[in-house]
Amino acid sequence: MSALDHVAASEGMPSALAQSRAYTGHGGRPVRTEPRWVRITLTAIALAFLFLFIGLPLVTVFYEAFRRGWAAYVAALVEPDALASIRLTLIVAAISVTANLLFGLVAAWSIAKFEFPGKSLLITLIDLPFSVSPVVAGLVYVLLFGAQGLFAAELAAWDIKIIFALPGIVLATIFVTFPFVARELIPLMQEQGTSEEEAAISLGASGLSTFFRVTLPNVKWALLYGVLLCNARAMGEFGAVSVVSGHVRGLTNTMPLHIEILYNEYQFVASFAVASLLALLALVTLIAKTILEHRLAEGDR
Amino acid sequence: MSASPPRLAFRQPSVIPGFGITLGLTLTWLGLIVLLPLSALFIKTSELTFERFIAIVTAPRTLHALQVSFGLSLAAALVNVVFGSIVVWVLVRYEFPLKKVADAIIDIPFALPTAVAGIALTALYAENGWIGSLLAPLGIQVSFTPLGILVALVFIGLPFVVRTVQPVLADLDKELEDAAASLGASRLQTLTRVVLPSVWPALLTGFALAFARAVGEYGSVIFIAGNLPGVSEIAPLLIVIRLEEFRYADATAIATVMLLASFVLLLIINRLQRWAEERGGRNA
Repeated sequence: MSALDHVAASEGMPSALAQSRAYTGHGGRPVRTEPRWVRITLTAIALAFLFLFIGLPLVTVFYEAFRRGWAAYVAALVEPDALASIRLTLIVAAISVTANLLFGLVAAWSIAKFEFPGKSLLITLIDLPFSVSPVVAGLVYVLLFGAQGLFAAELAAWDIKIIFALPGIVLATIFVTFPFVARELIPLMQEQGTSEEEAAISLGASGLSTFFRVTLPNVKWALLYGVLLCNARAMGEFGAVSVVSGHVRGLTNTMPLHIEILYNEYQFVASFAVASLLALLALVTLIAKTILEHRLAEGDR
Repeated sequence: MSASPPRLAFRQPSVIPGFGITLGLTLTWLGLIVLLPLSALFIKTSELTFERFIAIVTAPRTLHALQVSFGLSLAAALVNVVFGSIVVWVLVRYEFPLKKVADAIIDIPFALPTAVAGIALTALYAENGWIGSLLAPLGIQVSFTPLGILVALVFIGLPFVVRTVQPVLADLDKELEDAAASLGASRLQTLTRVVLPSVWPALLTGFALAFARAVGEYGSVIFIAGNLPGVSEIAPLLIVIRLEEFRYADATAIATVMLLASFVLLLIINRLQRWAEERGGRNA
């Protein structure tokens, strides 16, 4: 960009010069940008806002976690209840991510590879859990399987415990993470069309081998992306799990619930120590997401 | 002519196998995990008499909780539209140091668990916190007030506005701006008459998404809110409280109102997205 352009831009002059630049097609940038002081002010506002609302809270988590030093930090993490909550979180995430991974693939296959009426309604229904409050998501399972629930008698007869136990936590987590994998796969697979699959089938490949050798390689990055986001949400879910868990320490407390209990007991360092693990997970997820988005963009080309 | 016998034209014919089983599994799983549980809410609500339902929903504490949830969500979404627009504009149009980092951290509220965000914001805005200690001398208290709820809702809503508007602005044909400028429009006229109408649908969609998310938000709010009934108690928290008191009817009725609100919002958002896509298509 030349100095002249800058002058034209910063003076905001509707001059013949600026107009001629506009007509040249490229290098027309100066006419359509704001005066320098406006650009600097807007950039400063944006950065200050991001720093205040996103940067600082993130830094706070780690600052508070290490406030009493490394030893206190580690002690908070190896404490039995903390370890139990980490273990439970890993189990819940493993089950619910697997369930949503399988569902996502199956749903995307039926929606993206075939034409049938009611498809957009189906996609809307799959997305539905995103718009339901996590607390309501937890509540509906209590209404189904709780002591006053619709299936209370049946569950009691078979001696099955869902609410205030692992199955309830898993179900609530699957609910809130339901759309993650499917919504990454469906648009991509729709865009890719069916010609490659049709070619494979007409050359004699079975449906399954077509899926594993043709479709899956084409969507692997989007799949990984969906799994990553699904996992982050599964491990961090609070509201829905809080309603169905019963908060039994060392037994039905996931990491977010353990954080809440510690915080309410004024054990701030311990609370932030456990929180820092989840914050780290969020950071790793974001970095991996950025790398994957890069890959996905390249895959498009 | 199709080789397969003419059957119910539910779907268009295809050589690809597996339609029946995958659609069947999809519908079954969707039914079991999402639709059956949600209908349990309506079944339980229908067990209440209409008068009872109205009495619960219009009780002062319930009304106030709904008012806090919806009112502050609206305010937070508006804040996000204003500052989110500035953030998007700066990210798409300007070059500055740390731009990549600024762009990446916008997704933090998506990825950071709400409970973690909740305790971090509370610590930050508490009277001895980094920001709280600066505001205290001015007589501004954020933690444990409705203002705290607003802060938490702005935090969780920001990426919805930014990530909805950002691609639209990036795809915007800059020649339109050139044309406006060369025809003698001032920069402000170009922005309000050319740029704004093009990103308007996306902006509204982002606003609606942020609002919808904020209405149901629980984890990031309850730590900072102080949860004073009638002052800073949000509707999702009141559901939890009623549940813990074994007042299932109350919890169910409030949840039904919330769920109906999210259905309406979902409908509006779908419409907005379609509108935004049509707009985008015309500009492309």
